[in-house]
Amino acid sequence: MSSTESTGLRHTALDALHRSLGATMTDFAGWDMPLRYGSERDEHNAVRTKAGLFDLSHMGEITVTGPAAAAFLNFALVGNIASVGVGRARYTMICQADGGILDDLIVYRLAETEYMIVANASNAQVVLDALTERVAGFDAEVRDDRDAYALIAVQGPESPGILKSLSPKVSTSLDQGGAPIADLDGLKYYAGLPGTVAGVPALIARTGYTGEDGFELFVKPEHAVELWQALTKAGEGVGLVPCGLSCRDTLRLEAGMPLYGQELTTSLTPFDAGLGRVVKFEKEGDFVGRAALEEAAARAETNPPRVLVGLVAEGRRVPRAGYPVVAGGEVIGEVTSGAPSPTLGKPIAMAYVDAAHSAPGTAGIAVDIRGSHEPYEVVALPFYKRQK
Amino acid sequence: MSNPQQLRYSKEHEWLSTAEDGVATVGITEFAANALGDVVYAQLPEVGSTVTAGDTCGELESTKSVSDLYSPVTGEVTEINEDVVNDPSLVNSAPFEGGWLFKVRVTEEPADLLSADEYDAHTAG
Repeated sequence: MSSTESTGLRHTALDALHRSLGATMTDFAGWDMPLRYGSERDEHNAVRTKAGLFDLSHMGEITVTGPAAAAFLNFALVGNIASVGVGRARYTMICQADGGILDDLIVYRLAETEYMIVANASNAQVVLDALTERVAGFDAEVRDDRDAYALIAVQGPESPGILKSLSPKVSTSLDQGGAPIADLDGLKYYAGLPGTVAGVPALIARTGYTGEDGFELFVKPEHAVELWQALTKAGEGVGLVPCGLSCRDTLRLEAGMPLYGQELTTSLTPFDAGLGRVVKFEKEGDFVGRAALEEAAARAETNPPRVLVGLVAEGRRVPRAGYPVVAGGEVIGEVTSGAPSPTLGKPIAMAYVDAAHSAPGTAGIAVDIRGSHEPYEVVALPFYKRQK
Repeated sequence: MSNPQQLRYSKEHEWLSTAEDGVATVGITEFAANALGDVVYAQLPEVGSTVTAGDTCGELESTKSVSDLYSPVTGEVTEINEDVVNDPSLVNSAPFEGGWLFKVRVTEEPADLLSADEYDAHTAG
């Protein structure tokens, strides 16, 4: 999975398949990844209405094991990881001592003493280094599993049906010896369990980054092609299409999900990003960043910094990351992500704006799009929420 | 992908038709349309305005980026494609036909426009 050609880019186990499908490839965090196979808007709409198939093998898996795994992760991360039940997943963050966000993560508790952490590709080494440093003194082990897994996601309303047709088997817990669940109804949103799909051993997780129901399947790289092909065949009749990272970005943007490097950076704390809820001060013991984050929380309460808001265009010009947000001729914020929204049919953006201009419905907001002030409306995030 | 033989091309990936009564049609090539991805917004030059060969005269927005539109010739814009303004995806689906962008009364043409074969070679590199 880590093969490198003359370009210096890393290739996933599905590389040849992407090329046979005619994918337009892009360099993403040092990986040669599918940007789109055909129209990114069609791929986006397929995920919203039917289903899409993604290669996400660039994501960085890190395994933590040992008697003190839970205590260690409570110290190393800002969430209460010890409280995550076996078979469940949690969205959390890893911060610097000064409270700055190093990465946002999904942590799966695979067993009482085993967790898998999924980091962004661009930050996987940073997260690995931080965990390796922070584990000193704990009876736990941090293992780099980036090359141990390929990751295939199937997302969209048809994804449960597609997966069910491949005789998935999951067990409630390896440790607790629970009875195997024969179908997916026992696998709730934000759960993840070892099992098999289409006969392939997989960690089956009901997670995603699209705002739709869906699954993420962590498999050995040598099983990736087989699983991709089985999913493709199972989805043939219900509109499943291969999807690239371009539509993944517009899907997560519509769902109001932050992206590291855009909405999240080391210069922001979770409280600055409107995600203070992921920081669990009530958990036992110290954790990296606690003191700084307590200050940040108090500051956010009394003197709010800029606030992450949604912007919807009245016109058709598209805001891009870094464009200034203006009101009354003054710069009052900056766009962090922007794109034409296929679902809303107009340009949307996430932006940090001064608190005084952050209320939904605030009038007189514009985005400076290459010198021209285009009117925008402030809205509450997310832009899109699926009907359950 | 095949670039029509009867058109000429700029290195900035615009195509130019042979002028009829002095008026030529301009669009972007299929190569450029594919590189952009789904075009969602086309800002075209105004009818009656003067465009200059090699200068920007508009922009095309796609999902991931915005790109300047360059005029391959100098002249006065006589018409813009309102169908593309209303449905920019025409640039992707029919870049050499229904996705044309504007018509221009040519006053000056640069000497370095490419033939279809030369443009093929240009994009192969």
